Amino acid sequence: MSEMWLNMGPQHPMTHGLWNLRVKIDGETITEAEPVVGYLHRGWEKLTETRTFPQIIPMADRLCYGASLSWSHCYCLTAEKLLDVEVPERAKYIRTIVLEAQRIGSHLMWLAALGTDLGSYTVFLYPMRERELFLDLMQDLCGARLTYNYPRIGGVRNDVPANFERDFTRVLNHFEKKIPDYEALCDESTVFHMRMDDVGKLTAEQAINLGVTGPNLRGSGVDYDIRRDDPYDAYSQIDFNVCVQKSCDAYARYRVRMDELYESVNIIRQAIKDMPKGPVRVKPPRNAVKGKSDWAHTEDPRGEAFMYIIGNGDDHPYRLKVRSPIFVTVSAAAWMLKGYKVADVPAIMGSVDMCLGETDR
Amino acid sequence: MRTEVGKVEQRQGLAAGGKSGETIAKSMLEKFPNGVKVTSTAANRVNATVDRGLLYKVAEFLKNEMDFEHVTSVSGVDWYPENRMQAVFHITSYANRVTAEIIVDLPRDSPEVDSVTPLWGGANWNERETYDMFGIIFKGHPRLERILTAPGSDYFPYRKDFAGGRRV
Repeated sequence: MSEMWLNMGPQHPMTHGLWNLRVKIDGETITEAEPVVGYLHRGWEKLTETRTFPQIIPMADRLCYGASLSWSHCYCLTAEKLLDVEVPERAKYIRTIVLEAQRIGSHLMWLAALGTDLGSYTVFLYPMRERELFLDLMQDLCGARLTYNYPRIGGVRNDVPANFERDFTRVLNHFEKKIPDYEALCDESTVFHMRMDDVGKLTAEQAINLGVTGPNLRGSGVDYDIRRDDPYDAYSQIDFNVCVQKSCDAYARYRVRMDELYESVNIIRQAIKDMPKGPVRVKPPRNAVKGKSDWAHTEDPRGEAFMYIIGNGDDHPYRLKVRSPIFVTVSAAAWMLKGYKVADVPAIMGSVDMCLGETDR
Repeated sequence: MRTEVGKVEQRQGLAAGGKSGETIAKSMLEKFPNGVKVTSTAANRVNATVDRGLLYKVAEFLKNEMDFEHVTSVSGVDWYPENRMQAVFHITSYANRVTAEIIVDLPRDSPEVDSVTPLWGGANWNERETYDMFGIIFKGHPRLERILTAPGSDYFPYRKDFAGGRRV
């Protein structure tokens, strides 16, 4: 049979944003795939060169709508290294707590999206219901629900509100009982297994070589997590497990994220218990040293977030480079899709957790 | 239903039996006495500048002998006032938990450097993006085309002499 190119996107329910997946098909079988990105390119890195260091924080929030805090935090971490700022201990713990709350929120949004991809609307509704609780907690903390603008260069914007500990503990106790509900909906469903098992295989060697990071890498059986292996903030003082799955398929990537929900709950509990008293913010210097460069990387819910910054002698960066985890992961789509059917595309690409805001920057 | 995970020992900084940043820097200097300059090291960091002609050999050495498996990022910097450019490679070793920063200086009128994509597939789109934004040409790249800007564009927007529009 002759082969043909099929465009899935830019407007397609599978894409979760604006990108185009071109697949070459022989009958129903995919023989080649080519992701096309760039529809949301805003020139983010160029825009930062005309902003002062604090002005970039809310911009960094807009890199990803699903996990905005992890991006503004990654930027603050990078700027702190450039400006030689030491963050107070209490701020490190608060950051750890909100980062994990953000990770839970992001993973829940991914699970909801995956549910609709696979045609199970209940899997959309349940995680969205619990995500709301975490959004409410964040609203109590900083007044915003999606783009928080909460980390600052040298700490966080404000101390935690009254009853912060009580509210978080309540939500976590409630939420922990709800995760088995999602698992019952997914793991115990034959249809879910039919869609997710043994599709989108990516071996450990391929995943490492192609630069795949985060839950997608751990789903291929590679035991690497920046939170543990190059710790930042309070992660070095917290005891947690890195979730790894060995089956390398779409189901493994799903399983890693579900296990990470439990681990995030565990991390938040420990951080709340150990949180010391003290200031939450120090005043950073205004200007950076000309020509000095530094970088930081963090474990974003989607993979390795990385920023590289160069000072210009004044209060603007000379250059700020962002490494987006999904930008690199989606370049491995061809390897994940080859040999599977067109009907597997939503399951495979859904298991990757696409976010186009950070991909195109 | 939760997957049983064994208690993982907290591994911070160095992995057991791994090489530290200092060791890697020393082996790099032994292997390449000319053309490689190590600017600073730490337990899990190596910062070095490498001559343009040596880059591929250094990358090969890092991959095959020092267990660097993962390209974190490839970026460009335009030092417009000094009429030069830089290609900056950040390469990570999962086995050693070390990240190396390799800086290559390029003349601004012929910004060409060897591609590391044949070694690490993860560099593919990063290099394409750097070409797209800075016009740095990565020799040996399998498909050096525009990726974020429109196909057929004739400008390199992140260069400092490209007017970025007014500040809002």
